[in-house]
Amino acid sequence: MHRASFTPDTSQMSRRLFLTAAGAVSLGAALTACGGSDGGSASTAKPAGQADIDKAMKTPTELTFWTWVPDIKQEIALFEKKYPAIKVKVVNAGQGVDHYTKLRTAIKAGEGAPDVVQMEYQAIPTFTITDSLLDLSPYGASKLKDTFVDWTWGQVSGPKGEIWAIPQDTGPMGMLYRADIFDKHGIEPPKTWDDFAAAARKLHKADPDVYLTNLAANEAAAWHGLLWQAGAKPYATSGKSDVSINVDDAVSKKLAAYWGGLAQEGVIGVEPDFTDAWFSALNKGKYATWITAAWGPVFLSGSAKSTAGKWRAAPLPQWDAAKPSSGNWGGSTSAVIKATENPIAAAVFAQFLNSDPESAKLFSTKQSFFPATKPLLTDPSFAGDTSAFYGGQKVNQLFAEIGETVSPDFQWPPFLDQAVTDWTETVGTSLARKKDTVAALDAWQTRLTTYAKKQGFSVQAP
Amino acid sequence: MTATTAASTEDPRRAGPKRRRLGGPRHGAAGPLFVAPFMVLFLLMFLTPLGYAAYLSLFQERLIGGTTFVGLDNYVAALKDPLLAEGVLRVAAFFVIQVPLMLLLALLFALALDSGLLRLARVIRLGIFVPYAVPSVVATLMWGYLYGPDFGPFAQLGEKFGLPVPHFLSDGWMLSSLANVVTWEFVGYNMIILYAALRTVPKELYEAAAMDGAGAWRIARSIKLPALRPALMLTLLFSVIGSFQLFNEPKLLQDIAPDVIDSSYTANLYAYSLAFTGQQVNYAAAVSFLLGLVIVIFSYVVLFTANRRRTS
Repeated sequence: MHRASFTPDTSQMSRRLFLTAAGAVSLGAALTACGGSDGGSASTAKPAGQADIDKAMKTPTELTFWTWVPDIKQEIALFEKKYPAIKVKVVNAGQGVDHYTKLRTAIKAGEGAPDVVQMEYQAIPTFTITDSLLDLSPYGASKLKDTFVDWTWGQVSGPKGEIWAIPQDTGPMGMLYRADIFDKHGIEPPKTWDDFAAAARKLHKADPDVYLTNLAANEAAAWHGLLWQAGAKPYATSGKSDVSINVDDAVSKKLAAYWGGLAQEGVIGVEPDFTDAWFSALNKGKYATWITAAWGPVFLSGSAKSTAGKWRAAPLPQWDAAKPSSGNWGGSTSAVIKATENPIAAAVFAQFLNSDPESAKLFSTKQSFFPATKPLLTDPSFAGDTSAFYGGQKVNQLFAEIGETVSPDFQWPPFLDQAVTDWTETVGTSLARKKDTVAALDAWQTRLTTYAKKQGFSVQAP
Repeated sequence: MTATTAASTEDPRRAGPKRRRLGGPRHGAAGPLFVAPFMVLFLLMFLTPLGYAAYLSLFQERLIGGTTFVGLDNYVAALKDPLLAEGVLRVAAFFVIQVPLMLLLALLFALALDSGLLRLARVIRLGIFVPYAVPSVVATLMWGYLYGPDFGPFAQLGEKFGLPVPHFLSDGWMLSSLANVVTWEFVGYNMIILYAALRTVPKELYEAAAMDGAGAWRIARSIKLPALRPALMLTLLFSVIGSFQLFNEPKLLQDIAPDVIDSSYTANLYAYSLAFTGQQVNYAAAVSFLLGLVIVIFSYVVLFTANRRRTS
């Protein structure tokens, strides 16, 4: 698989389940707002009336749904049980760039695009810029706002109150660490990035074969997550064609100086992630931490089996310990393609799939997704789950708490693929080659600005 | 020998028109009918996409502002594009090093198999050919693993015996590492073409040569090599096209060496990145056309120089 994908291979993750459902827990009726049971309260124009929705949901319809989520049939069965007239046809069109390339091509061709599609948060602006997504707010989606974690709602909302997608899972970032290596070298889990840097130097000096962590030179997503944590605002769009690009602002430069410095000192690894060598390194204890997201714990427990019991989870080290914050890496949503012939059924499906308590719960138990709905995050069967791989720690609860510190203001550019490629070829390369990462930020800024102008955007000066 | 082949190839050519004149009236309607399925497919699958790409390359579509006709602007920009030039030069360098090596190996294997001196010739033949049966994607993933700097088997062996193993995925080694993968994949394929050509050489020629006192080397040099010329030409042409279109291998190794292989590492990779990462389909079409042009020119130059050497 081409690794321009922004999230790790979720199909791999799901094969490695450790979450077990500790019995069904009633979540109450709070989440059953899908389909708009009291219709008409949507903020935008021409809301679909309840009568229209009822009628559409009783009309025999076939929806096409593009997703890479394995075994999603179980969730869909719940939907088809509630709305027997609607049949959902699942298509796996690949993942990451493959998936989006096919989608873009189908939309452009005006034929063959799905009704509903799996979409990562960061890809949403790339598709709203081409006016390809349906605003779900007239179909009752606005009422789901309080169901979902605040920052996810910010990610799927447009400037005029549009709702472009319904959150499915998330990836608030934290740190997984090897308690045994830390103990051996007398290292405390670092609370701040300063502590982290000191620990990196100390550890590598004590054992030259071990590094405190690896900052993957190919993982623009992790970098964006760290930017997010540090409070950077690399992208902003106002109106349709006005975009500001600030990937080399002061906050970014602080981040670049920090990580570039550690890379140049040679006290952290900078190898590409999700490769054979990287998996092997995690198994053999070359890295004492993995800075990752909420989907990381399950993924790691499947990929580094030989190290079971030695890992623990902690929040990310902080820039300001008094104001803990985190960023997000990964997770996705369900969006409806604007050209769909069945907007109501598609919109209801997208909402049901991710907000119906039973369906949402299945995602967390069967696919090991980290939930995007508030009730599930506090559900004792989820939050209270302990894992032997992490020495019995309540890892879910920890990441649920981290999720509350993710800022809702982070925005993505309307040309994400280009931003990712340009990052890899400037910042990522500077890390891998131990060159000046701060200077690489400027190169990234220049390349992206040039691209945006070429694409007809008016780029605001930072 | 050369006189014989020349005569034998000219004979049918001379006889051709006569035969056609004789058979003309009878097969008049049947001919086009037989060719029609091919022509339809050719038109649909080759010429139409080509024409469409040519058409696309004359426009510019932007995320903001829609599509405008820009004439040959894309071509002008591509000709001035240093990234494209670097990509083309890189594959040209790749071609110059990798292709002679690969064809030489294929030739040696073909001659060795044809000599009849090898035991287990069939097993060896299959062994050399098998890598071609492995999809290039799989082959690249496999080699990518073998090249691994920390945990790859080469690196580990080197560590065990205290040998310095080069970092195969570094900037300095990458082209050679790619050449190795491509050679591994295609030696067998080229070997089969050459071997098949050798099998068509009449045995009488060898007997006659042997009676004139020629040894195995002399026969190889004076009979087999000249007989292989058309087949070598064919493999060379395939290699020109293959080299300049280099894509799979660098695309996959990009995952494990992102700082070495960038999105414009080869010209083909560049066209792909432009279309699917940058959404610059029109510019990508122009780049692809220019790449096609480079391949045509290169093929022509190769053919031309080879033919000149033959006549001189």
